[in-house]
Amino acid sequence: MKTPALTTKSRLAPALWLLLLCCSAGTVQAQGQLRTIHQERSLYRNILVTEDGSRRCMRFTVAELDGQNQSCRFLKDHDKLVFPYAKMVLTSLLVQDHPKRILIVGLGGGTLVHTYSTLFPQANIIIAEIDVAVVKVAHTYFDFTATNKISVAEEDGRLYVKRAGLRGEKFDLVILDAFNGDYIPEHLMTAEFFEEVKKLLGDSGMVVANTFSGSRLYSAESQTYAKVFGKFFNIRMNTSGNRIIVATPQALPDAATLKQRAAALGDRLAGFDVSLDEMLQYIHADTDWDTKERIITDQYSPVNQLNN
Amino acid sequence: MPAKSPTPVAPRHHNTLVLCLAFISGFIIMAIELLGGRILAPYFGSSIYVWGSIITVFMLSLSLGYLAGGHLSLHQPRLSRYGTFYIAAAVLLLPLIFFGNEIMEALFLRMQDPRYGSLLVSMLLFFLPTAVMGMIAPYSVRLLVVEHERSGQIAGLLYFISTLGSAFGTLATSFYLVLWFEVNQILLTMAVALLLAGALALVVGRKAAITPALPS
Repeated sequence: MKTPALTTKSRLAPALWLLLLCCSAGTVQAQGQLRTIHQERSLYRNILVTEDGSRRCMRFTVAELDGQNQSCRFLKDHDKLVFPYAKMVLTSLLVQDHPKRILIVGLGGGTLVHTYSTLFPQANIIIAEIDVAVVKVAHTYFDFTATNKISVAEEDGRLYVKRAGLRGEKFDLVILDAFNGDYIPEHLMTAEFFEEVKKLLGDSGMVVANTFSGSRLYSAESQTYAKVFGKFFNIRMNTSGNRIIVATPQALPDAATLKQRAAALGDRLAGFDVSLDEMLQYIHADTDWDTKERIITDQYSPVNQLNN
Repeated sequence: MPAKSPTPVAPRHHNTLVLCLAFISGFIIMAIELLGGRILAPYFGSSIYVWGSIITVFMLSLSLGYLAGGHLSLHQPRLSRYGTFYIAAAVLLLPLIFFGNEIMEALFLRMQDPRYGSLLVSMLLFFLPTAVMGMIAPYSVRLLVVEHERSGQIAGLLYFISTLGSAFGTLATSFYLVLWFEVNQILLTMAVALLLAGALALVVGRKAAITPALPS
């Protein structure tokens, strides 16, 4: 997922310039500078693992050096979340807590898998990841390991969801985290796909999607979620180019309930550097988009064109 | 082998018509190929296998179409038959438009392997219309060539026009058409365009057959 340009850009750009200079000069990089510790070309993309003095990141592109980290973690504290988007995802626990079966579409560096398996050690977590190489890199560089509770389906997310639906499987939580800044798989943002996801949720599940907050796509995507789920929550922070959509077939809790739950969860998420009390202000269910925008369907899905 | 019929000398406007129609078929072939990925994605994903399957099927069907079209051009080549290729292609596009989802759903349930599932479904959906459109290119060359010294030049011109059509078809579809229309609306429009192109060739071809314009 594209990371906040505001924060990373200013921090990384000078460091990367230095890195390029260092590389071309063939000098040894000093501690604290960004360096590439692994690079490989998969069927779908370039995967890079970079490290600076404090954190290790997975990224999918070299061309745009700033703001393109897929997934980062601090070297010293693996729990503490680096990016606002991951904190915004966790905020969805206000809408629904205690997931027992979780499906995550898109592995990346496994940040969300680590977070949810730490918070809910008894939960079964299934990850659909199209790129085998991402699974391998997550394993080697981000300690991602399949266990008897955590398994990976190496296939397209849409296919996994469709087949799981046909098998009658249910999930308490489905997290959609398959987009990166460059390209959105069109078939993962259509009303038909959301219907298939909804089928997995039964009456009480919840879908949490990590997606974009700008451009015409914001309206089109919102229209599509509204069509399938009715009212849904948006979590947006002005420090992040991301937004998190939280949708459920159930009625949404009101503001007072959210507040109560934030209090009840208390400092359970403190280890992840998330204060739900603080996050409360970013969650809302207003219709803040252009409702004239067309709904995205399998037949009409110019999502990449709309995202420009 | 063809009988020793006098070489038909087509009026000049026939050549223009053939070139225009070749442009249209080039445009449509690539537009459909591009939409193919979109059509298959809900059932077979957007993995590299899906594109591999689609491109394989298009190349295969075009190659066989070239062969068949070249063979047909041996027997009394005429504009009216050329027109029937377009009409056949239009008709063969209809299953893709009206039963595409049903076909893909049936296969999705039966085929677990994303590679051969997408290959088979690409065959079912795209093979026939694309093969018929492949017949157009060699047949066009036959209609255009009068003297064999110029056959290479004519073939070059024809490839130029039809491949230019393909370039525009790719660009128009990926940049604009998918932004404005639904996939099936685009496909249906193309079927209608093929139908009209075919009808035009039929009418013009018939007229020429009834009133032989030029004494040989």
